[in-house]
Amino acid sequence: MTSSALALADVLAAEGGGDSGFQSPSIEEFYPEPLVSFSLLGIDFDITRITVIMWIATAAIVILLVMAARKATVVPGKLQYIAESGYSLIRDGMARDVIGPKGLPFAPFLASLFFFILANNFMSIVPFFQISPNSKFAIPLVLAVIVWVLYNWVGIREQGAGRYFKDAAIPPGVPIGALILVTPIELLQVFVIRPFTLAVRLFANMFAGHMLLVVFALGTTYLLTVGNFSVIFSPFAFLMALVMTFFELLVIVLQAYVFTVLTATYLNGAVEPAH
Amino acid sequence: MSVLAAESTNPLLPPLGEIIVGTITFAIAFFVLAKFVWPRLEQVFRARREAIEGGIERAEAMQAEAKASLEQYRAQLAEARTEAAQIRDQARAEGQQILEELRAQAQQESARIVARGEEQLATSRQQVVNELRGHIGALAVDLAGRVVGESLEDDARRSGTVDRFLDQLDGMSAGSPDGRTGSSVYAPEGNR
Repeated sequence: MTSSALALADVLAAEGGGDSGFQSPSIEEFYPEPLVSFSLLGIDFDITRITVIMWIATAAIVILLVMAARKATVVPGKLQYIAESGYSLIRDGMARDVIGPKGLPFAPFLASLFFFILANNFMSIVPFFQISPNSKFAIPLVLAVIVWVLYNWVGIREQGAGRYFKDAAIPPGVPIGALILVTPIELLQVFVIRPFTLAVRLFANMFAGHMLLVVFALGTTYLLTVGNFSVIFSPFAFLMALVMTFFELLVIVLQAYVFTVLTATYLNGAVEPAH
Repeated sequence: MSVLAAESTNPLLPPLGEIIVGTITFAIAFFVLAKFVWPRLEQVFRARREAIEGGIERAEAMQAEAKASLEQYRAQLAEARTEAAQIRDQARAEGQQILEELRAQAQQESARIVARGEEQLATSRQQVVNELRGHIGALAVDLAGRVVGESLEDDARRSGTVDRFLDQLDGMSAGSPDGRTGSSVYAPEGNR
């Protein structure tokens, strides 16, 4: 038997041993005990650790940005420069370039969205917090619904309700026969799939990222305490946890960017009539 | 155990309370950012753009001014050059004139000097001629007297008398303080 096979046998043996075995992280990770629980107008509010993390992340990013902008000068300081770079990325790269000439009024919303998601995503690798509020479906869903309402409202306002819904249902340039197939797909796409995928993409990335980190972190400690030959694999699990943390950092920025850029794309479709 | 949990809590069905809390949190964040942060940054962008454009405008104005000054300077320089050329021409003309004047004056002077010299010469010549005329008369009378006084029969004696007279004349001229004048005066007389 090779050493890895031995180790696997050990782990599996331990797993089979009931409660003393490896406790893999479960969905319970995302449902911690509420710190405060109350009911208002028949709606249950559970203020959990994750809720508090969301407040901390949001407060931190808002305070940082306010501090950066409060004493903003023509010649920027370090903090102002970072805030300006972020804002310019959204303002010029998305509001102006993706949405188009009518896009600049959306820059504040897109920038707020980007920084809110970024800060909340970032909590997944901040020590002692280490879980992103975006790995709960509620926050991405809220953001996606806001985006959905916004782009539909903008589409109706810019193109008129009739024109907007007609273009959504019957894309110009599609042969009549194909409409049987295209119309349901298009309607589903614009009014259901877009917000759903927007929310799920962010949620699932953060959810899976957290799971991965927890698996490797728990694995490291478990392999150390298991008391047999597999102890030597503990450093590898730890190394993986480290690597996955850096990978998670990439995902954090990428998902915030993707969410915002897709929002800009949808807004572009709403502002300009379909081609 | 975990299977049971997954069934009891579907991650895709969040509780309403969570949604409301999330909405409020994002709304507050958006409100604060949209009110205090983004407008301020936009303001800074505008100020920066204006500063840059203003700087460019200022630079352009300065350049135009510099160009105008250069043109003015060049015009002044050209003017000064023309003026200098004029002054030079004038000076040259004046110099020429002065030179001509001087030359004319010098010519006049030299003509005057020459004229005076000639006049003097003529006067002294006249004087000499007059003097000589007197002398010649006396000498001729003297000679004639001697010739007549001697016997005229003998040719030899006659020629001796003439020779003696002439010797006397030579002695006279040699003995006179102004020998040259005497001989030069004599020569034209001889030519006559």
